[in-house]
Amino acid sequence: MAELRALVAVKRVIDFAVKIRVKPDRTGVVTDGVKHSMNPFCEIAVEEAVRLKEKKLVKEIIAVSCGPAQCQETIRTALAMGADRGIHVEVPAAEADRLGPLQVARVLAKLAEKEKVDLVLLGKQAIDDDCNQTGQMTAGFLDWPQGTFASQVTLEGDKVKVEREIDGGLETLRLKLPAVVTADLRLNEPRYATLPNIMGAGPKASASGNGSADVAPMEAGCRRLGQGRPVNRGLPCAESQEEED
Amino acid sequence: MSGCELFLRTAAAAARSCRALVAFTASHRALRTSPPSRAFAKELFLGKIEKKEVFPFPEVGQEELNEINQFVAPVEKFFTEEVDSQKIDREGKIPHETLEKLKSLGLFGMQVPEEYGGLGLSNTMYARLGEIISLDASIAVTLAAHQAIGLKGIILAGSEAQKAKYLPKLASGEHIAAFCLTEPASGSDAASIQTRATLSEDKKHYVLNGSKVWITNGARANIFTVFAKTSIVDSDNSVKDKITAFIVERDFGGVTNGKPEDKLGIRGSDTCEVHFENTRVPVENVLGEVGGGFKVAMNILNSGRFSMGSAVAGMLKKLIEMTTEYACVRKQFNRSLSEFGLIQEKFALMAQKAYVMESMAYLTAGMLDQPGFPDCSIEAAMVKVFSSEGAWQCVSEALQVFGGSGYMKDCPLERILRDTRILLIFEGTNEILRMYIALTGLQHAGRILTARINELKRGNVTTIMETVGQRLRDSLGRTVDLGLTGKLGAVHPTVADSANKLEENVYYFGRTVETLLLRFGKTIVEEQMVLKRVANILINLYGMTAVLSRASRSIRVGLRNHDHEVLLANMFCTEAYYQNLFSLSQLDKYAPENLDEQIKKVSQQILEKRAYICAHPLDRTS
Repeated sequence: MAELRALVAVKRVIDFAVKIRVKPDRTGVVTDGVKHSMNPFCEIAVEEAVRLKEKKLVKEIIAVSCGPAQCQETIRTALAMGADRGIHVEVPAAEADRLGPLQVARVLAKLAEKEKVDLVLLGKQAIDDDCNQTGQMTAGFLDWPQGTFASQVTLEGDKVKVEREIDGGLETLRLKLPAVVTADLRLNEPRYATLPNIMGAGPKASASGNGSADVAPMEAGCRRLGQGRPVNRGLPCAESQEEED
Repeated sequence: MSGCELFLRTAAAAARSCRALVAFTASHRALRTSPPSRAFAKELFLGKIEKKEVFPFPEVGQEELNEINQFVAPVEKFFTEEVDSQKIDREGKIPHETLEKLKSLGLFGMQVPEEYGGLGLSNTMYARLGEIISLDASIAVTLAAHQAIGLKGIILAGSEAQKAKYLPKLASGEHIAAFCLTEPASGSDAASIQTRATLSEDKKHYVLNGSKVWITNGARANIFTVFAKTSIVDSDNSVKDKITAFIVERDFGGVTNGKPEDKLGIRGSDTCEVHFENTRVPVENVLGEVGGGFKVAMNILNSGRFSMGSAVAGMLKKLIEMTTEYACVRKQFNRSLSEFGLIQEKFALMAQKAYVMESMAYLTAGMLDQPGFPDCSIEAAMVKVFSSEGAWQCVSEALQVFGGSGYMKDCPLERILRDTRILLIFEGTNEILRMYIALTGLQHAGRILTARINELKRGNVTTIMETVGQRLRDSLGRTVDLGLTGKLGAVHPTVADSANKLEENVYYFGRTVETLLLRFGKTIVEEQMVLKRVANILINLYGMTAVLSRASRSIRVGLRNHDHEVLLANMFCTEAYYQNLFSLSQLDKYAPENLDEQIKKVSQQILEKRAYICAHPLDRTS
């Protein structure tokens, strides 16, 4: 039954442990020289895909990332975790700033069709913009069913059962494949990319493709007007001392 | 004529000491442990800077850099999220799951070649990962004892058969290795070990008997690199006792452990006695040559030593983050601690030490990664001495910033301080290493100088004129130019001043070395306080070279914050320059700054009575 192919989208974001600093001109946050890593929810999505492959329900996992050259590292981490192929949709650093869920969703939809995948897995949202839109928009472009905020995913033949964490509790859906699923925190605990696997990912990475030729150029969707720190509300608590600095 | 007088005096003094010199270089035990090659430190003893060894600062290709950074990420994640250093220290052991995770990450075979299942990392990559592993000292020591010394012998001196048999399981961590050299009566004096290996009647195996002490991983290791005395028949048919290295499996029988030692620091690592009672070791398990064990031991220890520099630098960088956070938040007298000069001084110290350590470590790693077998044992020893002492000083200052809370067990500083203390002791005590650094260099210089002095004796006119001219110029004061600065200079103009200081130091160091050899000859081996100063100067010189090389590259390449680097480099070079000048003046004969005679007298009188001998200040005579 291992005929299914999965596409996993991964995003390169500033590492969650880093202390964010806003740029002096308030046009964004400082990214130069700051540690970046794979978005934690994307890691969970990759882990889920790899587990399905280990259960022999999925045959091939393709990792995709849209962004500047450094995204290759993120794809390589996905390969080290167990993905088979990587596609880097290269976007020059200047434009990458304006890349939003709409553009990425369009790219993912096109790639999903081109690669004829049965399952598209993503993290529910990225920890830098917290948009929580890419998965949903991708499903919209593809006209595929979607199971978002998944805390459990079970493949059943040509359907997938998704248990979702929603405000009211847990909701279980059964979707007909092909479908889009976005991962929530409690779906699984991602494995570490072991050093031997990272070394093995090297040849996989060089064999992977660059997907930018296949996708239409992006038009700017939204334009960021400014970015700054939240206003200090002057609450008398221990943490506020730290926040000031 | 003053020229002739000078010549005669020089030649006469030279002739007198020449014999002493020759005797020194011939009799002194060869400390070389690998094929000789022009590494950097030895030439400093002759007042020369081997520019091409150290400029430009070693670089790795973009591919390799990407790979290193990929490795760093999961290891760092593991150490920050899953390693509870406080718990490890409190319980005195590393949890089994943590060890298993470390094995699966591949950290047990970092330098084992890929064909045997390891990662085959270069020295530079190994140093880079060492920066993160040092976040927990117990884990770092456990891993280092396993691979940097425990199994390193098999990689360096093992036969193909031995490598194929043992390395795969060691690389995966299925088997753990330990390095067994130290005995109760033989620590620094490694050549005096008593453990014995006697060849059996059928010449098929050795019988091993003896006790080793303070062996890291002693309780959980299955594979031991053991050093024992074997009697071998020399080329002139005399029977001598020489050390041989063996690969011993616990399964050979007769291997027992003592109880785990209760240590001051690195409490998570397992340290215990290992006893061998009639352990049968097949002859195929001799590592290297029979009788060549001492060389094997020195090679092993020399090969891993440099990585202490990067490990400590990694720890210091984290320490700076922790301590600055505290200093910026804690307020006294209505100002945060960070605004006070004495606190700021501490951060400058930590940053400077970390910068120098990093530079020295990666410079050495780059040299070691060159093709061939470069002999960087002096450089590695210098890195070890500098980083261990820098670590101890900086951790103590960091604890001071935290004040009372730094003293409490809740704060990690006290554990880090305890963990750091061992650095000055193991892997060769800093005292021994200073002697090694000084003597190896002096031996090298002595050999070259003997040749020159022989020429003087023979009356070679060119050599004589050269020497006379040099002495004249020295006494008239001269500006030194060894090619570091100027249009074709190796360093960037921004640090030219510091480079000039380095050149001056190097030149006068070379002159002083000559004077010392002529003054002491063979007996310099006994003059530990003189040797200590020689070693300290050399360590400073190496540090200065490393920071100048690194800063020059950072400026040329345009790395982030390179002007901060220039600050640190210039600061260190100035400090080291004046320290060196003081040490050099102490090395002059009859120097008033030199208190060696008094020191010797005081210690003699105290050691005689084994106590403090002054009368009590309140005593009266009646």
